[in-house]
Amino acid sequence: MNPDLAFFVEVLVGGLLSGVMYALVAIGFVLIYKTSGVLNFAQGAMLLFAALTFVSLTERGVPFIGAFAATLAVMALLGLAIERAVLRPLVNQPPITLFMATLGVAYVIEGAAQLAWGTQVHGLDLGIDDTPIDLAGILVSRFDLFAAAVAGLMVAVLSLFFRYTRTGLAFRAVADDPLAALNTGLRLPRIWAAVWIASGIVALVAGLLWGARLGVQFSLSLVVLKALPVLVLGGFDSILGAIVAGLIVGAVEKLSEVYLGPVIGSGIEGWIAYVAALGFLLLKPSGLFGMRSVERV
Amino acid sequence: MAATSTPLDKSLPCLSAKGIGVVLLLTIAYGIVPLVGSSYLYEAILTPFLALSLAALGLNLLTGYAGQLSLGSSAFMAVGAYAAFNLSLRLPFLPLPATIVLAGLVAALAGLVAGLPALRLRGFYLAVSTLAVQFFVAWVLNRFSWLSNDSPSGIISAPPLVVAGLSFEDARGRYLFSLTVVTLLTVLAWRLVTSPTGRNFVAVRDNETAARVIGVKVARTKLLAFGLSSFIIGVAGVLWAFAYLRTVEPAGFNLDRSFQILFIVIIGGLGTLRGAFLGAGLIVVLPLLLSRFGAALLGDGFDSGTLEMCQRIVLGILIVAFLIREPAGLSALLDRAVRRLRPSA
Repeated sequence: MNPDLAFFVEVLVGGLLSGVMYALVAIGFVLIYKTSGVLNFAQGAMLLFAALTFVSLTERGVPFIGAFAATLAVMALLGLAIERAVLRPLVNQPPITLFMATLGVAYVIEGAAQLAWGTQVHGLDLGIDDTPIDLAGILVSRFDLFAAAVAGLMVAVLSLFFRYTRTGLAFRAVADDPLAALNTGLRLPRIWAAVWIASGIVALVAGLLWGARLGVQFSLSLVVLKALPVLVLGGFDSILGAIVAGLIVGAVEKLSEVYLGPVIGSGIEGWIAYVAALGFLLLKPSGLFGMRSVERV
Repeated sequence: MAATSTPLDKSLPCLSAKGIGVVLLLTIAYGIVPLVGSSYLYEAILTPFLALSLAALGLNLLTGYAGQLSLGSSAFMAVGAYAAFNLSLRLPFLPLPATIVLAGLVAALAGLVAGLPALRLRGFYLAVSTLAVQFFVAWVLNRFSWLSNDSPSGIISAPPLVVAGLSFEDARGRYLFSLTVVTLLTVLAWRLVTSPTGRNFVAVRDNETAARVIGVKVARTKLLAFGLSSFIIGVAGVLWAFAYLRTVEPAGFNLDRSFQILFIVIIGGLGTLRGAFLGAGLIVVLPLLLSRFGAALLGDGFDSGTLEMCQRIVLGILIVAFLIREPAGLSALLDRAVRRLRPSA
């Protein structure tokens, strides 16, 4: 293969794979937004909390499975607690109010996680070595492949769950029309609780992968800022959108860093994804797969 | 006051009571505080309080009155601060007030550009687009070292604060300088929100489609809100850089600062001018109280790291508590307290 082309493909694949990591975070948002209309800014803080709890448990000698189970339980409880204490009293408030409340929740979780487990950086080793492997002349990180596989698995499980279980059906009914769902006898509070637990679990999976990549520290909570352009691009209410947009954002970021960076200066990955997502939105305001809404007075 | 001669104004008694309160506050701020204050009071409490109040006032115009959530306020503070620095450096003949007004206009221009997406986007999408502004401004300030006169890591130092031969260099002078700027802009903001433009802001906030139907020019109103709010936030940035910190770097205007300003508005009360001041007062005093309290409670175990974490937790809890219990913020609490003190009214 032409070396320039090979390099391009390598950058592209690297970008797509890191995009999978963004999508992983974005899915947590979509789950909650779809069923309760809350844009949960605390998703990043939950990720940090999960990773910190897991790493602190393993550092204290708890075996992997035990730590995973314990963290899973903690995250489920955390999700449940947020839903009960913060969002239940705010039912029927405008979406922006709910968003600001989750901003407050993010502050509480970040503070509490670091107060409980300390502020130093922890390494997190999932037992996957981060060595590149050669795929038809293109070097690909083994870890990235593993992360992509996990993300794929998670999406598959979620899709099956939404498609074939009664709870999944209830989720979809609520997402479609909360009032009609209420009318058929679905218990909304129970569904909201379930969806918050689910997003806690997604946060754990994403937290472990991101933690292994970046080290477990405060900045882990900032991956939420990486997920936002993905959500904007994919639409806040589409899991498929989150995946596709994650891939696009990852690819755009890496490609522009490599090809545009030397021209206009390095460090553009902080905002290029936002600009790309917004540029797209100006053309198509409901995102790639978002639902178009009708305005009523 | 012009309003007292309007016989049809039903809210007159209330308004004049408020007017007396404002006059009283200004008398204290100008007459008594400069006589009794210490430089700690000016430097650690009052000057940052004034700068943050002004920034929150600006954000409140945009978010509280016009209903456009912005997560990038500190970017406009940065634009204001760096514009003022460059104006005073490169056009040294300009008097300081002109520099500040021009810096505000530069911030307003940035606000107009940032507001363009608001013509097509709403709610969360718009909030995310203001985040883009936040990161883009930080990048520009780091990338083009010309903007900070080629100083390492973009640090800028304030020029001397001299207006018409009067120096405002000492702690008390910087306090009085900030106080004057904040007072002037607050009066302007008050005029704005009581004008038809201010009512258009509220109409767009409450129901954009309905506002459009009754003939409010929604696009122009939104852009105006972005421009005016950014002007005020930009001037607040100048105060923050010139009167409070004296040396700042781009990292000082980060996302946490933007959230801080948003929190001030939420805690103080969305859609009220005094909410900005009440909220800023709480946010400035909170860490001081917490550190006193924590030191008394835990002794030496209470280091600055623990303080920061506790501060985050308390702040987060306050936000959630206010949104649930009192969405109209401290401003509404104050109203209720006043009403209880005056049972006859």
